[in-house]
Amino acid sequence: MSSPGDDSRSKRYDRQIRIWGAEGQSRLEAARVLLLNCGPTGSETLKNLVLGGIAAFTVVDAARVSARDLGNNFFVAPESLGEPRAKVVTALLKEMNECVAGSYVETPPEALVEADPGFVDRFDLVVATQMTEPHLLHLESLCRSKGVKLLAVRSYGLAGYMRASMPEHTVIESKPDTQVDDLRLTRPWPALREFAASFNIEALDDGAHKHVPYVVLIQQALESWRRERGGAPPSTAAERAEFKRRLAGMRRVGPEGVPMEEENVDEALKAAFHAWTQPSIPPEVRRVLEDERASPAAADAHTPGDDFWLLAAALRAFVANEGGGCLPLEGSIPDMHATTDLYLRLQRVYRAEAEAHAAAVEAHAARMLAAAGRPGGGVAAGAARHFCRNARNLRVVRYRTLAEEVAPESARGEALAEALGEEGTAANASLYVLLRAADRFHSTHGSFPGVLEGEVEADMAALKGLAQQVVAEVGASGAAAADDYACEMCRLGAAELHVVAAVMGGMAAQEAIKLITRQFVPFGGTLIYNAITSTTSVLDL
Amino acid sequence: MELEGRWQDLDKLLARDGNLVGPGFEPGPELREFLQTDCRVLCIGAGGLGCEILKDLALSGFVNVDVIDMDTIDVSNLNRQFLFRMSDVGKPKAVVAAERVNARVAGARVTPHYCRIEDLPPSFYSEFTIIILGLDSLEARRWMNSMACSLLEYEDDGSPDMSTIKPLVDGGTEGFKGHARVIIPGVTPCFECTLWLFPPQTKFPLCTLAETPRSAAHCIEYAHLILWSQQRAGEEFDADCEEHMKWVFERATERARQYGIPGVTYQLTQGVVKNIIPAIASTNAIISAACVLEALKAVTMCSSGLNNYLMYTGSQGIYTHTVAYEKDESCPVCSAGVLLQAPADATLQQVIDLMLAHPTLGRLMAHPSVSHGATPLYMRGVLEDGTRANLGRPMAELLRGEGVEAAALLTVNDKKLSAPLRVRLRRRRRRRRRAAELDGRAGCRGAHACMCMRAPRFV
Repeated sequence: MSSPGDDSRSKRYDRQIRIWGAEGQSRLEAARVLLLNCGPTGSETLKNLVLGGIAAFTVVDAARVSARDLGNNFFVAPESLGEPRAKVVTALLKEMNECVAGSYVETPPEALVEADPGFVDRFDLVVATQMTEPHLLHLESLCRSKGVKLLAVRSYGLAGYMRASMPEHTVIESKPDTQVDDLRLTRPWPALREFAASFNIEALDDGAHKHVPYVVLIQQALESWRRERGGAPPSTAAERAEFKRRLAGMRRVGPEGVPMEEENVDEALKAAFHAWTQPSIPPEVRRVLEDERASPAAADAHTPGDDFWLLAAALRAFVANEGGGCLPLEGSIPDMHATTDLYLRLQRVYRAEAEAHAAAVEAHAARMLAAAGRPGGGVAAGAARHFCRNARNLRVVRYRTLAEEVAPESARGEALAEALGEEGTAANASLYVLLRAADRFHSTHGSFPGVLEGEVEADMAALKGLAQQVVAEVGASGAAAADDYACEMCRLGAAELHVVAAVMGGMAAQEAIKLITRQFVPFGGTLIYNAITSTTSVLDL
Repeated sequence: MELEGRWQDLDKLLARDGNLVGPGFEPGPELREFLQTDCRVLCIGAGGLGCEILKDLALSGFVNVDVIDMDTIDVSNLNRQFLFRMSDVGKPKAVVAAERVNARVAGARVTPHYCRIEDLPPSFYSEFTIIILGLDSLEARRWMNSMACSLLEYEDDGSPDMSTIKPLVDGGTEGFKGHARVIIPGVTPCFECTLWLFPPQTKFPLCTLAETPRSAAHCIEYAHLILWSQQRAGEEFDADCEEHMKWVFERATERARQYGIPGVTYQLTQGVVKNIIPAIASTNAIISAACVLEALKAVTMCSSGLNNYLMYTGSQGIYTHTVAYEKDESCPVCSAGVLLQAPADATLQQVIDLMLAHPTLGRLMAHPSVSHGATPLYMRGVLEDGTRANLGRPMAELLRGEGVEAAALLTVNDKKLSAPLRVRLRRRRRRRRRAAELDGRAGCRGAHACMCMRAPRFV
């Protein structure tokens, strides 16, 4: 718990600790990031991470500060013209946050990766900026073999590209923006029934009546409904309307025959759907439970500190047994009109049941570990509870390799053809194809299309041809990249505009933070940013 | 002297023609020249968005930039306001931000204004080509919006006079989410047209705070809103004073203990009392850059522009959405004038009463002053004595020379407004139906069940 005597660190990071908590912050403060190439896209990405307080970064870049850098990168200064860019950027980034360690290597990233493959081992995340496809493919295979996460980012004219690569990323705290409260009124457990039944609502005086929590009102109405209808909750539209009329009928009427203002009744009417809405398992969580890794065999591979799949297996066992098809109860209830005492008592009823569910999940995990011959190597204290409290928020993101994405035999040609054909994604899918075509152009010409004045027209024809080649190769038959975008790619000739770099650097930093803190959900697939239409598309290729 | 090749990236965008450019785009070296000479940009705010906006402007070829911010630098700014250092804490944001950008980017001329937006006159605002808002309050946005819209003039045929349009670009963020929007007054919706985009603040009923607290936030608001005025009456609460915050925290902790409510922390106390919006560098970077890109497009037409609202969400994957919101044709702030119907024999006082009861005009004013062209009809302040007699006189008499049925364009001002509103008054003979409608509206103001007032969230 923080206190008024806070040190400057928690004051400094206050606005972000409110988002990812002390736990997220300490993960960030332990993270080591490697940046390849420090043009504006790389510098901006790292800027956002240094401000957030990562442990350390290393910049690898071979360039010297040029006039061009002074026109598009904030982390170089006029007086540093001609100096190693990696050195200058590192110094100016470090200046923003004395808690962050920074170093640099003045060498081309491609050469470093070649000469010292073990170099990436020292990092949790590699951010590769402005690298072409052949080099990214090489880097990816290295990162995969070393178990290091890779994030490739690129700004190209008015387009941006981002792609993460790692086998999988698991998330317990995905922190969805909105979520329906899980009150379990369709499946009340004995303690909840007992609590609700303990109210003699009719006999209460007016003051007490309007402070009965709405959960009790609905639960009582539902009990009597079920008694009358052989146990079934309201299901048809007419029944639901009738049930709501009953809830409305719980409102007291004043001496003049005027219905009284009772907020608990208002709340009960708004929450009436809890009487017939079954607790459900979100599709993303269902996929986690059905995943082959969520099996007792997870106990064999279990390592302390990474409980995800073991707990997923235990959760699966819980759902199939004690849970009767439902996830464990989270244990929290929304604020509702009630006296302090009644609200806290109701909260305890929910919390106690949630504790029981978490204990059952923990017991499943222990049994699995024992069966695997690893008793005593139990899950960390509180881990099962944390997992259960977030049961509806569990997410797994898996990433295909870039190699699979581009190889003709494994490329998803149909998906690309579809994206190129659909109005909402056609422009951005075109940019994807054109970026790959531009890399091919670079491989053969040694420069990007449209860079040289006077060659723009000729380059355009060549680029269109290469784009067709890309489309045909992956089997996206019948589709093509939009001509207007091919023109635009050549017009801008691989310009690295500061604003586009700042957008991409911002998005890349958000992704890096999600990967490092293990909170929120990183995107899977390939992200294209279109600065012409101010849109993004995530292509699953 | 400009270094050869410094702007080679930007020049491709500005000097080459393309198929996806804005209307009337004229590529050439003149465009960058314009950015570096005649073009003047105003940035409102030198905070999370402002720092980024200033950097992005300077590296997008803009030279003459002014920045307004009334705040000083706080330690909690340093996780995202990258132009500031620990040693700058306490200094004015606008001044330090301008200094840093000017020092880093050769040629940049950022001029700081360490003051409130209300401190500067309309003549100041009218000087700029475009205005970018990096604000965190709805009130400041509305003020700037009405300032920009007041500079707009309409032609006789009701179309906006293009030469008077002052475009606004607005950004906002919260956590991993944000928005960027382009407001072309008279063409695209202004803030007032889409006020519903801003959800109301959560407020706790005072009776809950006083009698049935159920959460840590209830205990904190009790200490902040009720105990403070009881126990430290006459002393103004200052959310930036650590002793005050500590006092609230301790009282809230005590109350939570009495009721058995967990969760009161110093951090939560600050969050609740100051209504802190969580903020991170990366989201500010994305939104600011999107804003400056749109400003660059609006000024040079180098690419097709955003029409007119971009929503960004980075918390669950990456998701963006653009929406073309529609103008409210009867918007009191940006339209050619709000139509107000009054009976033919209405007095000025009756017309003022109708304005106050009007659903959109009413929320914008409390004590309006009214003039017709250059003639003051009823003015608050020093002119009140001279104009009070007009209140009882019929409009027909005050607007001599106009026919009884004709519409008259009134200019209405109020302390609550940054700039006057246009009201098109139409007088007609019948009044009964209209008056009934207005009565019905006035009667439907909801009352809280406990009949207690809602606690104000901002103090």
